[in-house]
Amino acid sequence: MGFEMFLQHCFNALTLGSLYALIAIGYTMVYGILRLINFAHGDILMVGAYFIFFGTFAFGWPWGVAAILSILAAGLLGVLIDRVAYRPLRDAPRISALISAIAMSFFIESVAVVVFTGQPRPVQQPAWLTNAWQFGDLRVTHLAAFVPGITIILVCLLLYIVYRTKPGLAMRAISKDIETTRLLGVKVDNIIALTFGLGSALAAAAGIMWALRYPQVHPYMGVMPGLKAFIAAVFGGIGSIEGAVLGGLVIGFVEIMAVAFMPELSSYRDAFAFLILVLVLLVKPTGLLGEKIEEKI
Amino acid sequence: MKFGKIAAFLAAAALCFGATGASAADSGNQPVKIGVYLPLTGQNAFGGQLELDGIKLAHKEMPTVLDRPVELVVVDNKSDKVEAANAVKRLIERDKVSAFIGTYGSALAMAGAEVAEKAKVPGIGTSCTNPLVTQGKEFYFRGCFIDPYQADAIATYVIDNLGMKKAAVLMDMTNDYAVGLSKYFTDAFTKRGGEVVANLKYSSGDQDFTAQLTELKNKDPEIVFMPAYFAEGAIIMRQAKELGAKFRLMGADAMDNPDTLTLGGDAAEGFLHSTFPYDQNMANLSEEAKRFTEAWKAAFPDKDPNANALLGYNCYLVILNAIQRAGSDDPQAIAKALAETMDLPTALGKLTINKTHDAEMPVGIIEYKDGKRVYVGEVTPS
Repeated sequence: MGFEMFLQHCFNALTLGSLYALIAIGYTMVYGILRLINFAHGDILMVGAYFIFFGTFAFGWPWGVAAILSILAAGLLGVLIDRVAYRPLRDAPRISALISAIAMSFFIESVAVVVFTGQPRPVQQPAWLTNAWQFGDLRVTHLAAFVPGITIILVCLLLYIVYRTKPGLAMRAISKDIETTRLLGVKVDNIIALTFGLGSALAAAAGIMWALRYPQVHPYMGVMPGLKAFIAAVFGGIGSIEGAVLGGLVIGFVEIMAVAFMPELSSYRDAFAFLILVLVLLVKPTGLLGEKIEEKI
Repeated sequence: MKFGKIAAFLAAAALCFGATGASAADSGNQPVKIGVYLPLTGQNAFGGQLELDGIKLAHKEMPTVLDRPVELVVVDNKSDKVEAANAVKRLIERDKVSAFIGTYGSALAMAGAEVAEKAKVPGIGTSCTNPLVTQGKEFYFRGCFIDPYQADAIATYVIDNLGMKKAAVLMDMTNDYAVGLSKYFTDAFTKRGGEVVANLKYSSGDQDFTAQLTELKNKDPEIVFMPAYFAEGAIIMRQAKELGAKFRLMGADAMDNPDTLTLGGDAAEGFLHSTFPYDQNMANLSEEAKRFTEAWKAAFPDKDPNANALLGYNCYLVILNAIQRAGSDDPQAIAKALAETMDLPTALGKLTINKTHDAEMPVGIIEYKDGKRVYVGEVTPS
């Protein structure tokens, strides 16, 4: 394999990995605070992608405006989902909330099929994103560089919120001990709603990026990315934002490099990703950067 | 609209005169139930919708058989193999259909065919081209050609008309249709003196093909054969263009969809695919094809007719003709009549069901040129 080709694979992997990372952060945030795996996360990604499709295509808004509105709308949707499907189950056994999350995922998909129909629709990519830099055989579209950039910005923003602001402090407190936090006068439900809002906004941002990179939207587009990102989150240590980013990048690189180095085994690329996951979890059950959680009795 | 009605009346009249008389009138006005199972949601929804429109158009034109109304029972198989088997089961057990039409997608058809075979109710596949669909089946038929033939036609076209000898394959290894077609293409292409330099794979639902395409760029084939469905096919085209790939891409009948161009955009330029021998703008449009085109345009003024729609339309025609000849709505009698279908005039030429239960017809080639879809012509491999 030539060096240029290797670099090309690296760029492809970086773009894909950043997308996984962005989705994984949303999973990990909600899990870190509520110990709830929000299976509807991938579907919020899909809804976000549809919002941008309708914003730019049907209403003809400029990209930036449509993207911001889409992210805000998805954030509100996240808050709504929490209010309807998770909050009433806050004191129920954890498994009930998990089932509710799975139900929510199917519900959103089904509604999307009815409302948007099952037909895939093309997303218009702005020309400034599809143009490319060419270095010999290496070709990098602006989009391929744009995606990791946005991921970095959003991760920094999120880390700032979680570690440097009051609501962030409350989030971290809830993740340690929800009852004590409540006794200390923190409006726990509001903070959890904010968490869902942030997580969903991130999902929508990832959905927009996904729709730009793979320019189609359809009601099931969130399923596979959601699953892969969930794996990335577990892989990196669920609950840890840095771990989610790392996990996303690793899964992206494994998938691309598996094909690059073993083209004849290209159909097994998912198997490689899962195999690595199993191995890491065998050695380190909490994931790469996960902290050990003591069981509460 | 008037034309459509007259045509419909004539067609219905022609069917009645061709019948064996009014022997079946005693079953009163009980409707004859014909099931339809198609992917109306999920990955293959576009193809399924088009075929359903074609079937509905045919039903509107010919709403009766044996002096009884025909009732269509439509079930969505959700582009899923398990759902496809369930859909056929439901049609047979709950709705008690006499025969059924469907489906788009060979993998789905195989799942449905197993159920039909056990229940001894005949089905006719619309555009499922994998030979395994009807292999060893007494009760399953199809209204289209099969993949070894299609692949041979593609190989012939690439070598003879494009003058290319170095090809590669990119396929969805979880899809029976794609795996079969890739193998037949590789066989035919090698046999005709070409060389297949790489065979790369992906799984259904994948949206990132950059690794495979980069690898293909490295192998430098002149053309890459990708028997994909149009939605993922369009993504492949776009990513190939983004990576600056120089090879051409060629697909098969599953790429035949009005939206291949919409989804592919400028990346579709130069893309080729094989299809069934019908296009509204083809040079040698037959009388039947002209009539179908007009009827379609009257019914769906804002949608272009395509080969899938016509295949759906045709399958309804074939089943109705078989019921007519069988003189009853008994599933076994219909199956026997279906197997004997011979020289039925349709918009895809005179249709005969052969020994392996397939319909034979030449293979059409489409090319996207200057942002337009062009029907290049037909290939009949020798």
